[in-house]
Formats: sequence, C-alpha cells, structure tokens
Amino acid sequence: MKKEMIQFDRVFFRYDENSPYALKDVSFSVYEGEWLAIVGHNGSGKSTIAKLMNGLLFPEKGSIRIKGLPLTEETIWDIRDIVGMVFQNPDNQFVGTTVQDDVAFGLENHGIPREEMINRVMDSLKKVKMEGFLDQEPHHLSGGQKQRVAIAGVLALRTDVIILDEATSMLDPRGRTEVLETVREIKNKENVTIISITHDLEEAVKADRLIVMNEGQVFTIGTPDEIFSLEDQLIQLGLDIPFTLKLVKMLKNYGCEVPSDMLQEDELVDYIWKLAQEI
Amino acid sequence: MEISTRNLEFKYHVNTPFERLALYDINVTIPPNSYTAIIGHTGSGKSTLLQHLNGLLQPTVGEVHIGDVTIKAGIKEKNLRPVRKKVGIVFQFPEHQLFEETVEKDICFGPLNFGTPLEKARKKAKKAAQQVGLSEDLMDKSPFELSGGQMRRVAIAGVLAMEPEVLVLDEPTAGLDPRGRMEIMEMFANLQREQKISVVLVTHSMEDASKYADHIIVMHKGTVYKKGTPKDIFSSPKELIELGLDVPESIRFQLKLEEKLQQSIGKVTLSIDELARQISVYLKRGSTSQ
Ligand SMILES: Nc1ncnc2c1ncn2[C@@H]1O[C@H](COP(=O)(O)OP(=O)(O)OP(=O)(O)O)[C@@H](O)[C@H]1O
Ligand SMILES: Nc1ncnc2c1ncn2[C@@H]1O[C@H](COP(=O)(O)OP(=O)(O)OP(=O)(O)O)[C@@H](O)[C@H]1O
Ligand SMILES: [Mg+2]
Ligand SMILES: [Mg+2]
Repeated sequence: MKKEMIQFDRVFFRYDENSPYALKDVSFSVYEGEWLAIVGHNGSGKSTIAKLMNGLLFPEKGSIRIKGLPLTEETIWDIRDIVGMVFQNPDNQFVGTTVQDDVAFGLENHGIPREEMINRVMDSLKKVKMEGFLDQEPHHLSGGQKQRVAIAGVLALRTDVIILDEATSMLDPRGRTEVLETVREIKNKENVTIISITHDLEEAVKADRLIVMNEGQVFTIGTPDEIFSLEDQLIQLGLDIPFTLKLVKMLKNYGCEVPSDMLQEDELVDYIWKLAQEI
Repeated sequence: MEISTRNLEFKYHVNTPFERLALYDINVTIPPNSYTAIIGHTGSGKSTLLQHLNGLLQPTVGEVHIGDVTIKAGIKEKNLRPVRKKVGIVFQFPEHQLFEETVEKDICFGPLNFGTPLEKARKKAKKAAQQVGLSEDLMDKSPFELSGGQMRRVAIAGVLAMEPEVLVLDEPTAGLDPRGRMEIMEMFANLQREQKISVVLVTHSMEDASKYADHIIVMHKGTVYKKGTPKDIFSSPKELIELGLDVPESIRFQLKLEEKLQQSIGKVTLSIDELARQISVYLKRGSTSQ
C-alpha cells in the first residue's frame, strides 16, 4: 500500500473575508516517495496550496494532515521539520548575509549540530554547483544563482517532503535539467516526496502524477499520460501540450502511424528508429 | 532610437573586497526597429548588460550611446530622465519594480511621472492591463497580494504604459502560464512591428529566441561569445551545447534522432511541422529505396 504523506480534505481558503475563495473544496493525497507536479493557470491557487502545506496559511474550512499529523498552530514546527519549501521568489527566502550563512541559518533553526551543519552546507551547495560563491551576499547574485542557492537551502534540511514552487524558472535549460536530475537522484536515494509547482510541461511530463488546478479547484488528477491525453481541454484551461505530443500530432498529419501516448522524447526516438528498421 | 556599447566593462563593488568583474569588451548595437534576443547561461552577465541600456548602471570602462546621450565611465551623467522615458525595462524579478498601493496606481506611475495627466494615464493603464491579460477586478488590489504570474503581468503593464521606444525585457515570461506566455510574446512581437520600436529580450527559451528575434547575442562568462541571426546561431547546435546552452527543442529532437539512426534526415529546422514532414519523408524514402 502506498503511504499517504499529505492529505487535503475539503479545504477552503481565502486571503480575506471580502475576497473570493483562492481554494474551493480542494481534496487530494500525496504519497510517500512520489514526484507530484501541480500545474494550472496564473492565480489558480498553486502557491496557496504550497503555503498551506507548511503552515504559512491555515484553511478556513476543511483539514490538512501531514504524515498523519493534523496541521494546526501547535504542530507547525513539527510540520516544518517534515516539509521544506522553495518559494517562487528566492529573495523572499534569504536571511543570511552570505551564501553559506544563509544555508546554515535554516539548519540552525532546525537544531542541527555544528559539525553536521558545516558538512551539509558544503554538500548541498556543491550539489547545485554554487560552492564557488560561499561568501557572496545572496542578494548580489544573478537570478539563476539565487534560485540555485534557495534550492541548496532546502536540500540541506533533508526533509521528507520538498516543495519546489517554480524553483527553477530562471535557470538556463541545461542548468534546469541538471538541478532537477540532482533532486531526482536525492528523491530516489532517500525516498523523498517531491511536490513541484511548474509551468514547464517538459518537467511535468517526468512527474509520477499531476494535479491540474483551475480557478481554485482541482480540475483533475492523474498520470502524465492521462492528463496530456486531455489535449484540447488543457488548452482551454490556459495550459498546453508538450513538444513530443505536438510532434506526434504533426507526424500523423503526414501519414505516419504513431501511438498517441508517446510522451517521453526517448520513447519517440526509439519508435521512429523501429519504424525505420521495418522499412 | 539606436543603442550601442563601446568596449564596455562593468565591475560590481569596485575597489572593495567584493569587487567582481561582470562584463568586459562588450561591443553591441541595438538598431532602431529591431528585435534582439540575448541568451547565455546563469551568471553570464545578461541582466547586468540590460541595466546599462537605460543608464541604471554606469560602465567602469568604455561607453554606452543611448540615442544622442552618451554615458561614459567615470563621468557623472546628470540628466537621465529622457533616457528613462524612452527605454523601459521589465526586470527579472517583478517584485523589484512594484511599489504602489494598488495595481492601477502602479501601472499609472510611469506615465504620471513623465507628465501625462491623470485621466489619460488611467486610460493607458487600462489598455496596458488588457494587453497583458490582467483582469479588471485586480486593479484595486495591492500588487503584493497577487500570484506570481499576476505580479509579472503588472510589472510588464507598467512598462508598456510608458510607451517606450525601446522595450527591454529580462525573462519576461518566467512565471507566466503557457497561454499567457504565448499571448504576451505575440503581443511584444506585434508591438515591435506595428510601432516600429526595438525589443531586447533576455530569455532561456531557445524557442522564443529563434522564433521572434532578428539578431541573437550569445553571452558567455561576461562577454559576447557570438552574434548572428537565429539561423546562424542555431545551425551549429553542438557548439551551443558545449557552451552549456541548449538549442530549440525541434533541433534537439532531430539531433537525438539522427544519432540513433546514424544518419541525417535533412536540414536543421526550427519548426515542428517541418521536422514532422522531414521525418515522414525519411520514412517513406526508406521504403522506396529498398
Ligand atoms: N497575499 C495575498 N493576498 C490576497 N490575495 C492573494 C494573495 N496571494 C495570492 N492571492 C490571490 O489568490 C489567488 C491564488 O493565488 P496563488 O498565488 O495561489 O496562484 P498560483 O496558482 O500560484 O498562480 P501563479 O501561477 O501566478 O503563481 C489569486 O487570485 C491571487 O490574486
Ligand atoms: N549586485 C551584485 N553584486 C555583485 N555581483 C553581482 C551582482 N549582481 C550580479 N552579480 C554577479 O555578476 C555576474 C553576472 O550576473 P548577471 O545577473 O548579469 O547574470 P545573468 O546572465 O543575468 O544570469 P541569470 O541567467 O542567472 O539571471 C554573476 O556572476 C553574478 O554573481
Ligand atoms: Mg504561484
Ligand atoms: Mg539575469
């Protein structure tokens, strides 16, 4: 049986009494060790979900459980030991005056002993290739460098759950792939649960499951195959389909027989190669 | 209006222990009525270069010509107002340019600051909000009580409302949903063509760079590595990949496929449709040749 890490049960939330609900009747589960992507149009409620998951906000109605623990004012410190988060804007997250202090500060807050702390700081900064910037002020970094440091900060915490809120949106394409691969390795090795909020469909394709948000509600939940087969519906929601599916569609227009569920690039390359061998 | 740089060098925190060389030997020209994309990996100097295009940063060596204003290293340029009016910058992080109480006031700030009467400024704000797909019920909200993508739209609208002659965009689509991204990129392109303004776009999307720009500047470790048309730049994909950059996904896919097939399937192409056509021709040609 898959173990539930996070449960949202009929959650309602609004930022103040006079504004509309940012989340309406939202229910879903996140399972241990999975990579869950959350996609949806701007303002659909994705970051609000993230902030509820680590107790920065509380539901107006409904309940949230993290590893069985109900989310309340009393449990938020325990919950923040379980759920680490990288914010959409890294500037909101920096507290230290140097890159290494900044990563260390998070660890101090979580009561990690000094020796261990130094190891973890170096280790996580190396993982995101920022070990050359130890003494630079975080606010004096380029956009992509800031995002790398913010990610190092959460990796160092070694929480069971990591939430990435558009955490790689300003990395160059190669850098993005590398950082996401690093996160994937850690996830696989340590059985970490990853929740990734993203507008990058090529990244979403690689998730185990996706939640599609629309106007504060869950539109649907499923595997990438299930979700991207919705094609036109996704486009109506302000989303899109990934490159490989676009190519498959056009190949069909030119009379090539290709199955519609070819989501992964390598899969499609292999398939075309096989077609070529049969000729 | 033309912008050009001559032997531009820039160091952050000069003469302090934190001194850092961010740009050197930069000679670029942004012609009037053009669309330039700047690509390069993290930390290569793109944002630093952009901030020279309207005098936010002053070179530590060399000069920048912005229309008929020259900004030289070591000489304090007093009147930058005309430059700020003509060259509008959308920053990499939208929060860095939002500060008013309401979204509407924020978008009106530029026009008001340059002497547009209130009513007219509000009209411009309304139009700019529409251009970026910002719904009207957000106009009275605080810009800090918005989602990331909504903030991005406000920041872009604020610059559009100033009707600049040069529109400088630092990763303007980061944080936008796929539809917003496409619509706003199309809007910039139309604006560029119709108003004959110049657009300078920093982007990590090789697809956008190849689709929209007439010229591409490739930055690498603080200097210009290469300049050219999208065709020039992306026709040597291996070189870009060695630089740690990427190529548009259609080219990347074609390279992967050709490696697997151990054979070329045709010319390198930037369009998915053309790629699909070439693959289908390749598969059919195979069948007739055996
Ligand atoms: N601090 C806030 N105060 C008031 N309203 C807010 C606040 N933050 C967000 N909202 C509103 O709540 C709704 C959901 O916002 P949220 O940030 O969760 O969206 P999102 O899905 O993360 O969008 P994006 O893709 O643009 O980041 C939006 O309509 C937004 O305007
Ligand atoms: N305020 C600052 N003080 C000191 N150094 C800085 C400052 N801003 C940027 N740098 C450094 O200058 C170099 C160039 O930074 P810049 O922001 O121009 O890069 P970029 O190409 O825009 O990168 P990205 O794609 O990550 O946004 C980087 O090495 C960065 O660390
Ligand atoms: Mg968000
Ligand atoms: Mg930058």
